[in-house]
Amino acid sequence: MEVLQLLISGLANGCVYGLVALGFVLIYKATEAVNFSQGDFMMLGAFVTLGFVNPEYMGLPFWVALPLVFIVMGTIGYLLDLIVLRAVFGQSQVAVIILTIAIGFVIRFVVGIIWGHEPQSLHSPLALGDFRMGELVLGLADVAVIVTTFVMTMLLWQFFQRTKIGLAMQAASQNQMAAYYMGIPVKRVQGMVWALGGIVAAVAGILYASKGSIDPTAGFIGIKAFAAAVIGGFGSLPGALAGGLIVGIIEPFAARYLPPGYSQIAPYALLIAVLLFRPHGLFAQVRTKKV
Amino acid sequence: MRFHFKTSYDDDIRLFIDGWKFSLYAALLVFMLALPWLIDDFYLGEANNVLIWSVCGLGLMLLTGQTGQASLGHSAFMALGCYSCVIMMESGVPFIIALPMAGVITGCFGALIAIPALKLHGVYLAIATLALAILADDIIVLLEPWTGGVAGKVPPDIEVFGLTINRWGNPTEWYYMTLIVVLVCTLFYRNLLRAPLGRSFAAVRDSEISAQAMGVNIARTKTIAFGLSCAITGLGGALMGLFAGAFNNETFNFLLSIQLLMMIVVGGLGFIHGAFLGAIVIAFLPQFLSIVSDTMGHGVAIPGLESAVFGVILIVFILFEPMGLYGRWLKIRTFLELFPFARKDMFKRQKSYLKTERLR
Repeated sequence: MEVLQLLISGLANGCVYGLVALGFVLIYKATEAVNFSQGDFMMLGAFVTLGFVNPEYMGLPFWVALPLVFIVMGTIGYLLDLIVLRAVFGQSQVAVIILTIAIGFVIRFVVGIIWGHEPQSLHSPLALGDFRMGELVLGLADVAVIVTTFVMTMLLWQFFQRTKIGLAMQAASQNQMAAYYMGIPVKRVQGMVWALGGIVAAVAGILYASKGSIDPTAGFIGIKAFAAAVIGGFGSLPGALAGGLIVGIIEPFAARYLPPGYSQIAPYALLIAVLLFRPHGLFAQVRTKKV
Repeated sequence: MRFHFKTSYDDDIRLFIDGWKFSLYAALLVFMLALPWLIDDFYLGEANNVLIWSVCGLGLMLLTGQTGQASLGHSAFMALGCYSCVIMMESGVPFIIALPMAGVITGCFGALIAIPALKLHGVYLAIATLALAILADDIIVLLEPWTGGVAGKVPPDIEVFGLTINRWGNPTEWYYMTLIVVLVCTLFYRNLLRAPLGRSFAAVRDSEISAQAMGVNIARTKTIAFGLSCAITGLGGALMGLFAGAFNNETFNFLLSIQLLMMIVVGGLGFIHGAFLGAIVIAFLPQFLSIVSDTMGHGVAIPGLESAVFGVILIVFILFEPMGLYGRWLKIRTFLELFPFARKDMFKRQKSYLKTERLR
């Protein structure tokens, strides 16, 4: 029973990692850039929601606030691409890495200024109550997280596989020049994917905040999400989710069964092991390109 | 504008292009040697700090600026250099041997790490090294019998040829010691760039495929680059730990390596001068910010202000001056030298398009 309980809490945590990882993969898939500030995006999304929903701020009903949050985060994502990232369009990945790390610092600072550095909890309808099944206790938040994540992943996956714009995003990432020739507005497509990344981050943030309190340093879970994304293979959406689940499930079990001190190493050790033996992740998408 | 009439092949790779350049750097060296008489102990300590940062920066510059590999894990190598140096000193190895040995150990370890990391490039390497930097903290705690764990370590006084060097007792000697390390590292770096190895670094940075076609062994080159980079950074880390006077597992956390990366970008990627300019910025920014917030009358430290200001500086640099401070200076100098014939487009970045290795 204990194992099952650990498994479920791990699954719920893993889904949040998976959602943040999904944001990485989304942006990576469409722009070949890695957004090192995705964790901070998530934190920002949570705080924007908190600003709309919590009674001490605007006190809007949750379901009214939700679309507003998506609009705000989408706009922030789009503007960020428009103003900042478009300048390094086509430049080396190192520039983008450094740039997004810097953006993360700035986001953390701005959130700290607006909402303070104290941990706060979101008044979310998901945070209330839990199920009981025999000895098993299921938080409603945990169930909501797991369900939402699976639905999101499936939707985004199908979006990339089936819709015209999803295919355009894939094309734009694989060969920018060729995509231009095919009439794809590459820059606008990239802006859209950043907006989408912002929205996914907002979903992750809301779910994360529903599971507990949130403060401006919450963005550091982005690092665990990295581990998730890499374990899943950076280019694959279901892979990101699977990676997130693996990391999430390993954590509580490591904390339970390994001696103290070793448990927080576990996700990173796994990351390095995966990079050693399957450098492109468990669901590899890279094959040597023929010239 | 001075024109260089080349009469031999050596003219291309000479350490100093002409007598004028040589005398400039000689003047700089004389100035650095005279510094202890020009400024008081506090600012000498700051100058020392700048020099130590620039040693670390040189290390990362070799990897990121010359070979084009981004590492977010250099704080781990600083920690390794620092701990190995201090542990050797505690077990009775003389400092003059312990410091270079710390560099060698860090370099070997770095090269060892690099062998699997070679399969990775770009993003994957950055993430793997980031994981390494985070792991370093926990590993230091786990190795408590050697490292002192959370309690940390207080390094013993440095003894060189019977002379005891203590940061507070004789800052001038400390400064000269750092200066010697900086000089050795810089000369090594500069000479490396003239050697075939340095050329192959640049080739790997600019295009791996072309480098391979020209007969550069990519795996070997990257491994050596990583090892050398780690060795220099390890030296810097050792100096930093000794200079701080006490350190524990949190001294070298992963934010330090992000700071290091930001430093070399602000200074100018790919230029030796860039490491030094970046070090000046990073060493004086906290002081500058505290002075500003004092004069603003708050007197309250705003958490995260320093890294946020650094982030903004970095964004501004990448957007408007991707070549960093040294690149800006190059542009100004070219403008002055060619006046009035300098054109705006002379440094313009070529338009490039990205292609991925992925299939789907």
